[in-house]
Amino acid sequence: MKELIILGAGTAGTMMLNKLHRHLDRTQWHLTIVDQDPNHYYQPGFLFVPFGIYQPEAVVRDKASFFPPDVSVCWDEVEAVRPETNQVTLSDGRTLDYDLLIIATGTTPRPEETPGLQGTLWYQDIFDFYTFEGAKRLAEKLAHWEGGRLVINLAESIIKCPVAPLEFAFLADAYFTERGMRDQVEIYYVTPLSGAFTKPRATAVLSGLLEAKGIAVVPDFYLECVDEDRKVLVSYDEQEVPFDLLVSVPVNMGADFVAASDLGDDDDLNFIPTDKHTLQAKQHENIFVIGDATNVPTSKAGSVAHFMAEVLTENILHYIHGEPLAARFDGHANCFIETGFGKATLIDFNYDTEPLPGTFPWPVVGPMHLLKETRLNHLGKLFFKWVYWHLLLTGKTLPVSTAMSMKGKRQAAVPS
Amino acid sequence: MVTDLLLSERFFNEEGYLTDPDQWTPDLAHQLAAQEGIVLTDKHFEVLHYLRAQQAAGTKLSIRRVGKSGLVTIKQFYDLFPGGPLKKASRIAGIPKPASCV
Repeated sequence: MKELIILGAGTAGTMMLNKLHRHLDRTQWHLTIVDQDPNHYYQPGFLFVPFGIYQPEAVVRDKASFFPPDVSVCWDEVEAVRPETNQVTLSDGRTLDYDLLIIATGTTPRPEETPGLQGTLWYQDIFDFYTFEGAKRLAEKLAHWEGGRLVINLAESIIKCPVAPLEFAFLADAYFTERGMRDQVEIYYVTPLSGAFTKPRATAVLSGLLEAKGIAVVPDFYLECVDEDRKVLVSYDEQEVPFDLLVSVPVNMGADFVAASDLGDDDDLNFIPTDKHTLQAKQHENIFVIGDATNVPTSKAGSVAHFMAEVLTENILHYIHGEPLAARFDGHANCFIETGFGKATLIDFNYDTEPLPGTFPWPVVGPMHLLKETRLNHLGKLFFKWVYWHLLLTGKTLPVSTAMSMKGKRQAAVPS
Repeated sequence: MVTDLLLSERFFNEEGYLTDPDQWTPDLAHQLAAQEGIVLTDKHFEVLHYLRAQQAAGTKLSIRRVGKSGLVTIKQFYDLFPGGPLKKASRIAGIPKPASCV
């Protein structure tokens, strides 16, 4: 019997477990999945929790309820991967042998990487919303906040779901408007990149939203530390942005075992050098990497993990049969962007094609519109929660092509 | 101001970034740096060559990564390319603008 181990039972790991359970010859392959947390969080829902749109319990289920039968499950933290002996060691001292390893351990926010961020103001006046705890605490804070200067800051440019902070800004504008206190709140969006929008077509079509919603953008601001006494963000080139309430997107890092196993990339963020087309680890041919854990140059997002899972399933089968890794991931991502007041826009892109306007998934009839605010896009985003729990995690095929399609897309920047 | 022959011969996108990194030359870098008010030194070129090599290898670049390169600290990177160091250095290095997904 050969051993295939999946590290991480989040979106990517759970999808791979279900797909491989279906496709592998299980008289020859035994499947094991390892994770330290028995709760599966619907992470796109974290965006809605602070504004009371979702209650916290609506975004959490048991991980085990999405596992197929006949697989081994280890509820433990990975301590290290030992590629030289094809072993995984767990924090309770157990050692697991593998023939094939899939790493799907994702990324987590690391506020401790920035001095002053996770200090006396943490969960008082500074919050994250990419964690269950942070989103819940922020909901309690916003419900009683009397207004002031709300600052949304990205501590680093490589983060999970890069559009979520922007969505947060849009939803905050709607939330305070609907509560009749928008005039008591200033909203600042502070980013290390050149702006809230950085791609030419998206900038042309969507940047007007920021001005219309009264969201001030501070670009090229790379956070060095938080001055807790003065409640000020300080950048490496000594710019300062004061805040009353800081919603932080801290530095994102991959799992600690990546560094302990010397598997990580040069930037010390614990993301694993991975072939961007085959999803094979660059250093080890019997290790594959999927989702946020990779260093491939596309967004860290659930939709990306989904498209990767289709490619990776094919390549795992090729690898097992001694064939060339013929399936190629194109960097495809597909993301709804909530813009507030019951509307959303939609983007669809890959390694080579920036988000373009048009219709999705079909030309002319859509029904979704790319780079355009519509109510249907918003309903699509809400409906996606059902799709996620019922189709996506269990590895079923969705009616969206794995490779990005140019059908319905237009090069022109003018929206229809 | 794209008045120099070196610059006008090459194709830049609407944001002033070279569309084909292979068209880059050190002379071109000097021209682009001059537009930013930067006089390039050997240290600048070490960083530019590092960025080009990383970009060619398919890496997603960040200020943090440059700070971990062993060539410069983040503060020194800011000193070399004041304001938006990765944005400016990428343009001078003839590689795409650092960007998010939208």
